[in-house]
Amino acid sequence: MIQVQNLRKEFGAKVAVDNVSFTVEKGEVLGFLGPNGAGKSTSMRMVTGYFRPTSGSIRIGGIDMLENPEEAKRSIGYLPENAPLYSDMTVASFLGFCAEVRGITGAAKSRAIDRVLDLCFLHRVRNQSVDTLSKGYRHRTCFAQSIIHDPEVLILDEPTDGLDPNQKHEVRQLIKKMGETKAIIFSTHILEEVDAACSRAMIIDRGKVVADGTPQELRQKVPGCQSLDEVFRNLTRSDLEK
Amino acid sequence: MKNKDLANTLAIFKREFLSYFNSPVLYVIVVIFLLASMGFTFFFGRILDSDNASLTQSFFFWHPWIYIVLAPAVGMRLWSEEHRLGTFELLMTMPLSPWQAIIGKFVAAALVWAISLLLTFSIVITVSWLGNPDPGPIITGYAASYLYAIGCLAVTSAASAFTRSQVVCFIVSVALCILLTLIGYPGIVDSVVRTLPGSLESLVRFVSYLSFMDHFYEMTKGIFVIRDVLYFLSVIVVALIITHLGLRSKRA
Repeated sequence: MIQVQNLRKEFGAKVAVDNVSFTVEKGEVLGFLGPNGAGKSTSMRMVTGYFRPTSGSIRIGGIDMLENPEEAKRSIGYLPENAPLYSDMTVASFLGFCAEVRGITGAAKSRAIDRVLDLCFLHRVRNQSVDTLSKGYRHRTCFAQSIIHDPEVLILDEPTDGLDPNQKHEVRQLIKKMGETKAIIFSTHILEEVDAACSRAMIIDRGKVVADGTPQELRQKVPGCQSLDEVFRNLTRSDLEK
Repeated sequence: MKNKDLANTLAIFKREFLSYFNSPVLYVIVVIFLLASMGFTFFFGRILDSDNASLTQSFFFWHPWIYIVLAPAVGMRLWSEEHRLGTFELLMTMPLSPWQAIIGKFVAAALVWAISLLLTFSIVITVSWLGNPDPGPIITGYAASYLYAIGCLAVTSAASAFTRSQVVCFIVSVALCILLTLIGYPGIVDSVVRTLPGSLESLVRFVSYLSFMDHFYEMTKGIFVIRDVLYFLSVIVVALIITHLGLRSKRA
């Protein structure tokens, strides 16, 4: 479903993403791992069509993102970092707006809203203003927006960031369940999530892919390492180093 | 294909338009606009003493000065707010073109001004009751006033595309609107023409021709000239193209 080839992004002289290639098929959940500033968000922003890559190609379900962005975006659901929302709307009206922009109207719209309110446990706040929501609810509202059109491709930038342990568990279960029928990419720096939800993981450091494989394969990647934690530290260099 | 484009634009328009009614800004601005336009008409325009039922000198005359401040106040949230909330990223990853969003949002803000301007209808009733005004200049006056307002709004849209701060957008837009107004203000143009050597007069006249004021005055006199309407429309088109460029630069 997602085919990315030789993706590269430069911001001025800085190379944020350097020659990243991967494919994700339906039924796969790909975890993006990496330290802060490694290029995870930038890569996801290119795959979703927000940033234009300096070079490389992106195909979503066979449709080229650079040549036909509107068509390619149709099958993507995206949860940006920090879960942005229109603060002057209610949860239900926000979801209604997102449905309309995606061409879902009338009775289908109310059905879609009800479905995602169920999936994301938002019924209690459906008529509450986004302004007054707690962080967990805000996050889930934006998550709900990303699945309102039941997309084939789901791209989630730190979907569990800022959630409490129960909510984290809930979201991981949801990702795992949806991963059975969709192609999903999600980024995280919580390594236990990789075991909990991913079928495959990629470690990115300074814009480059340094490891790619199942969580099991990644563990064996560096001899002597028992946990993903150790592998991660071994392969990536932290910001603290000079 | 065409239907889908229209549906997207409408969805954006609807959200934007309703969001004006959810915020106190709209009500504050409409009330200030009505107080200012009526206050100027009665206290500075002295419409009751002038023994003249025409609205050109007493009512429409003041509008540009009101729009310079109030149009940016309505428009400053157009794109700045999207940048600040991060919803711009959400919007640009949805299956719609930037143009649909730009036009949908601009039309929503323009409709807000149409409503504000329509609410001044009482002045038309007043002068029709007291005198016998020529309807021509009133109609072209309203048209000129509205074009002036949405011209300022388009300039604000362009400024808001570049910044996430509404305050910066407001100040920059007010400055640009003042500039576009003053370069055509008759008193200023005449004194510049007098100061500069005569050979530069055509240049000064050309610059003043680019101003909102020049075209506004022509229209309020009751002369409905396609040229002036086209002028305002082309200003809006250019400003929206700049909006598009500004938004694209945010995604580079």
